[in-house]
Amino acid sequence: MTASAGSGTADPADPADPTARRAVVRQALSVGVATGAYGLSFGALAVAAGLDTWQAMALSLLMFTGGSQFAFVGIIANGLHAAPAAIAASSMLGIRNGLYALELTHLLGARGPRRVAAAHLTIDESTAVAVAQDDARTSRLGFWVTGLTVFVLWNLTTLVGTVVGTHIGDPRTYGLDAAACAAFTALLWPRLRDRDAVAIAVLGAVVAIVLSPTMPPGIPVVVAAAASLLAWRTPRRETP
Amino acid sequence: MSLWTALLLAAGIAFALKLAGHLVPTHLLDGPRVRRVTAALPVALLAALVATQAFTVTGGAFVLDARAAAVGVAVVALALRAPFIVVVVLGAATAALLRAMGCG
Repeated sequence: MTASAGSGTADPADPADPTARRAVVRQALSVGVATGAYGLSFGALAVAAGLDTWQAMALSLLMFTGGSQFAFVGIIANGLHAAPAAIAASSMLGIRNGLYALELTHLLGARGPRRVAAAHLTIDESTAVAVAQDDARTSRLGFWVTGLTVFVLWNLTTLVGTVVGTHIGDPRTYGLDAAACAAFTALLWPRLRDRDAVAIAVLGAVVAIVLSPTMPPGIPVVVAAAASLLAWRTPRRETP
Repeated sequence: MSLWTALLLAAGIAFALKLAGHLVPTHLLDGPRVRRVTAALPVALLAALVATQAFTVTGGAFVLDARAAAVGVAVVALALRAPFIVVVVLGAATAALLRAMGCG
């Protein structure tokens, strides 16, 4: 609609590679379907925790960040006196989205209402697909397609989950938790081609695992973000 | 505090955290060193996320179970240049199979 006014960041001379476009859309849809399946268990868990369908839907629509939502309902299940703890836990888990945004804002170049929409869609999945791409244009496509696919499927499956409840069983039986781990590993893989990136990933992973037993959920991952400071040094020149 | 108040407050904070990162003025993030660090942030965060999702249980203790096997299979598939969707399906199948057999 506003292509003439709003294309300030898109390079009109940059023809998007159709193969890369198809590949990124396939990635986005795969990630969306895997995440959508988790929406079923979120809906079921929210109802089991004492929320009604409207409240479960409000979380998926407005909070829209899975880890925080699971933490919120898991704690609020203990009763309303646990509300401050539930808010604190979901917020700590949400900090990483703000850190993703620091990089995404560069990649997306979105302004105005588009930036607000981009902020709402800033989650693990959309970030992972965006940063896994080789050029800015495919990154943007990956971000928006993944964010919107996950948003639609996550909300639909949350609704279904509140209705069918626990009849569908545990998504772990089908290995869906492992599917998420495998998907994030696959999205990280193309970023790990130089030694500095590998060092940052390994340090981040080790820090998070070491801190996990002693810190509230969410904090170890945020502290592990400090591993990115390794990139402050001038990159090593590697002989091919 | 009613459940609705808690819910809307938590959702508002979640959105504010996302938006805050997008509203940091770009000129503050423009230096080459800062650009390298922000580009490395998703790598560190996602690696940490995979690590906690795959290798820890509720409460944070380290564990090697079906999820670790799934990540191992995914890495082998990636090294063999398998397509994305194949990697994801192999990861899920590995964990589902191991659990069906009663391990992990």
